[in-house]
Amino acid sequence: MAVTTARTAPAGAGTGGRGAALLRNRSLGKLVVLAVVAAVLVPVAHANWASGSWPHDLTVNLTEPLGKVSDWIIDNRDSHWLFTYFFGYISNAVVLSVRGVYLLFLAAGWAGVTAAAGLIAWRVAGVRLAVTTAVAFLVCGFLGMWVPTMQTLALMVVAVLASVIVGGLLGLAGGLSERTHRALRPVLDTMQVLPAFAYLLPVVLVFGIGVPAAVLATVIYAAPPMARLTALGLRDADGGVMEAVTSLGATARQRLTTARLPLARKQLLLGLNQTIMMALSMAVIASVIGAGGLGDRVYQALASVDVGAALAAGIPIVLLAVVLDRTTAAAGERIGAGHHETSPLRGARGWGLAAVLTVAVALAVRAAGRLDWPESWTVTIATTVNDAVDWMTDHLYSGIPVIGGTADWAAHFTTWILDPVRDGLQWLPWWSLLLIVAALAWLIGTWRTALTAVLAMAAIGVLGRWSTSLDTLSQVLAAVAVTLVVGFAVGIGAARSERVDRMLRPVLDVFQTMPQFVYLIPVVALFGVGRAPAVAAAVIYALPAVVRITAQGVRGVNPAALESARSLGATTGQQLRQVQLPLARPALLLAVNQGVVLVLAVVIIGGLVGGGALGYDVVYGLAQGDFATGLVAGVAIVCLGLMLDRVTQPTTRSGRKGA
Amino acid sequence: MRRRAAALLGAGTLLAATGCGAADMTKQASPYANAKGAKTVTLSVQSWVGAQANTAVVKYLLEHKLHYRVDTVQVDEVPAWDALSQGRVDAILEDWGHPDQEQRYVKDKKTIRPAGDLGVTGHIGWYVPTYFAKKHPDVTDYKNLNKYAGQLRTAESGGKGQLMDGSPSYVTNDKALVKNLKLNFQVVFAGSEAAQITQMKQFAKEKKPYLTYWYQPQWLFEQIPMTEVKLPTYKEGCDKDLAAITCAYPKTPLQKYLNTGFAKNGGEAAEFVKRFKWSTTDQNEVALLIADKKMAPEAAAKKWVDGHEDVWKAWLGK
Repeated sequence: MAVTTARTAPAGAGTGGRGAALLRNRSLGKLVVLAVVAAVLVPVAHANWASGSWPHDLTVNLTEPLGKVSDWIIDNRDSHWLFTYFFGYISNAVVLSVRGVYLLFLAAGWAGVTAAAGLIAWRVAGVRLAVTTAVAFLVCGFLGMWVPTMQTLALMVVAVLASVIVGGLLGLAGGLSERTHRALRPVLDTMQVLPAFAYLLPVVLVFGIGVPAAVLATVIYAAPPMARLTALGLRDADGGVMEAVTSLGATARQRLTTARLPLARKQLLLGLNQTIMMALSMAVIASVIGAGGLGDRVYQALASVDVGAALAAGIPIVLLAVVLDRTTAAAGERIGAGHHETSPLRGARGWGLAAVLTVAVALAVRAAGRLDWPESWTVTIATTVNDAVDWMTDHLYSGIPVIGGTADWAAHFTTWILDPVRDGLQWLPWWSLLLIVAALAWLIGTWRTALTAVLAMAAIGVLGRWSTSLDTLSQVLAAVAVTLVVGFAVGIGAARSERVDRMLRPVLDVFQTMPQFVYLIPVVALFGVGRAPAVAAAVIYALPAVVRITAQGVRGVNPAALESARSLGATTGQQLRQVQLPLARPALLLAVNQGVVLVLAVVIIGGLVGGGALGYDVVYGLAQGDFATGLVAGVAIVCLGLMLDRVTQPTTRSGRKGA
Repeated sequence: MRRRAAALLGAGTLLAATGCGAADMTKQASPYANAKGAKTVTLSVQSWVGAQANTAVVKYLLEHKLHYRVDTVQVDEVPAWDALSQGRVDAILEDWGHPDQEQRYVKDKKTIRPAGDLGVTGHIGWYVPTYFAKKHPDVTDYKNLNKYAGQLRTAESGGKGQLMDGSPSYVTNDKALVKNLKLNFQVVFAGSEAAQITQMKQFAKEKKPYLTYWYQPQWLFEQIPMTEVKLPTYKEGCDKDLAAITCAYPKTPLQKYLNTGFAKNGGEAAEFVKRFKWSTTDQNEVALLIADKKMAPEAAAKKWVDGHEDVWKAWLGK
């Protein structure tokens, strides 16, 4: 996910003064319509179901049917044709491909893989990145993580390849046909809002735990950006060029392969980049269902409360993310620059040299009998890290004069913010919440987004997860509030000072790619068990995206507007309040939207540290094989995500995740 | 062009992978198994450290004395049974009793075979730290717990006392117990054992009182002495109706289970796992090295193996 959001700066700056007035009028109209609808419907609802919480009569209990489905699957998994002739093939194919790639890596040995990675980076992105790449791979070895890194990489290669094929085909269909595109868009939108944790369960039900399930979950998560960007690239093909190609008498297929696809190369590469990032973040979450590799190391370290060991497995993930991101991004930029190499090593010759060098290195190491990473070459960082974490928690947990310890803050935060918000939400009559959702979604979007949001919210009630979902919602709201306050402040700071920005960049990179599991234990050590650590983890995770989007939005404000304000003698504070922030409004809205989606994803994982509510139900479902509980909670999370996305979604979707 | 090559390659692997017959979902080994022609055994590890200790020692001995390659996968308890039946893992070394799964996989489908006792007896209960029990001796009977609800309150427990439960994968009747015994307590789920241990350590550092669901054998007792709270005695069958339950948890002799295929064809490794049986003290020794001394499981296993040749010689059957 690392730099996913970094490139999503919205294109246009905000609406002018006249537009704002018009907008206000239209908003008023919408509210009036809503009020009329409410006046008709609420008395009916209230008369029939007066309870504050979602009325019991309007719920559907899915426990039994879902339990039956899961029993049927387990009983028939070994014999039914659906499994033996369909899912079984998929499963076997995944296992075999991952195995093939893994064996290839093992055969190349550590030196061969490092050389190959470095040389590929050299061909694609130049010498500097080649060195970085090689060093990154060596660091993975030094941390004692060579084998898990190779396992994760093997899984990634297969998952990314599958995502690119699936996403590419979907994108192709959407790019060529307007109708498919219209049908596809809401599906892709929805898939991108879903917290990954929510759909681990259905995959596990069919494939059982292990690599096939992990790969499929990853594909579901990572394919949408590829599909979206492919479609975007094809649709945006330069009209002039297309016309020229058509006038030359090219057939539809020729037009596609000779003009449209090459023109869309930049978007295709950006899609690949996003897909890789998403797949990598999923590789860790999938460790919960037995994906193995680095994620599993992080997860196992968690079990023995060993932050140091978790970090040792987390760093390779960050390094892989950075290397893969920079390499694919560099490839995209090269194409964009239309730059032609003139060196004697261009094209096939350069690649040939790279291949020869790789084979030579691999053979040399094999001959020397040093194929495996030498065990004596590992550095243990675990003790140092654990000492640091212990020191921090010892000194911060409690008893600091005046400001109190982190445990006191957490308790205050829970009692003064989380509790009242949750109780307030649960106290509100159910129909009034639906009205609020409708109003918010309609004011910011269209009547269609409003309808989706209301239906999603109602579905939660129908599933019988009303009050647990409101518990989760209260955590999301609190976390988003904190994230936005801090994120806007830091983001504005970064936008105004080049130095702050430069200092922040690596920190943001690390926090965005570091698997969330790594910081679950430190947040418990600081904030105790409960909802507060879940909120803290969510804030840490969502902050980088909000900071990035805010900084880009503020910095991207039209310089002429700023210049004229300055010439009128506005102070820096006035410039910020009256020019930069209003003009950056679309960016800020996008930051809110991204903040909400990211926070939700982690608040759910907060079920592992006492966050309770929907996250706990999903964890419970996975742990107990209780598919009814887990699936229904998963669906409720999805609905909550949809609702939150629609309520915070700016009307023009100019700069959503990856598109 | 490249895309077409990729598609062909994909279709090719698919065909090669599957032949043309039915795909057997019961033979789904890990893709990382048997790499480089080594004989591989895949073990499941559950999230608690005792289970890690079992696995670490078995893994060490299999690798260094019997020359197998051992893969470990972290799985929760119930999914581990599922994985075992499908052959994704070869053995579960520590099971706390799952009658439903036993019925389904051992008795009906026969895809799993019992492999005898682990040698360790497990017990679940409610515990308070001993420093607190010493100050208030009567807290160790559930009848007096309500008196202490105020002291045991946290931000998460609402106006009531907090009874901290752990991972959702653990067997627990605590919600029903609190209700049926009319206790003024709120069960707060830590969500994972790691979170629970971290919280207990923080409480202990400040000598704060707490009440928690916990179990033996467990290495944490060496670090934080805890006293069990007496619940109404367990009698055979008193836990039949989980909603109306009012009795304590039973003592469970922990069991090992093997995938049937592995039990038949696993050779030396399967025989070794069947014979593997050690004491609570031994397990705790390794668990403490892993969790408290933060040794890598492998190093902890080596340390124990070096000092207890008399114990593990018998497992090798030589």
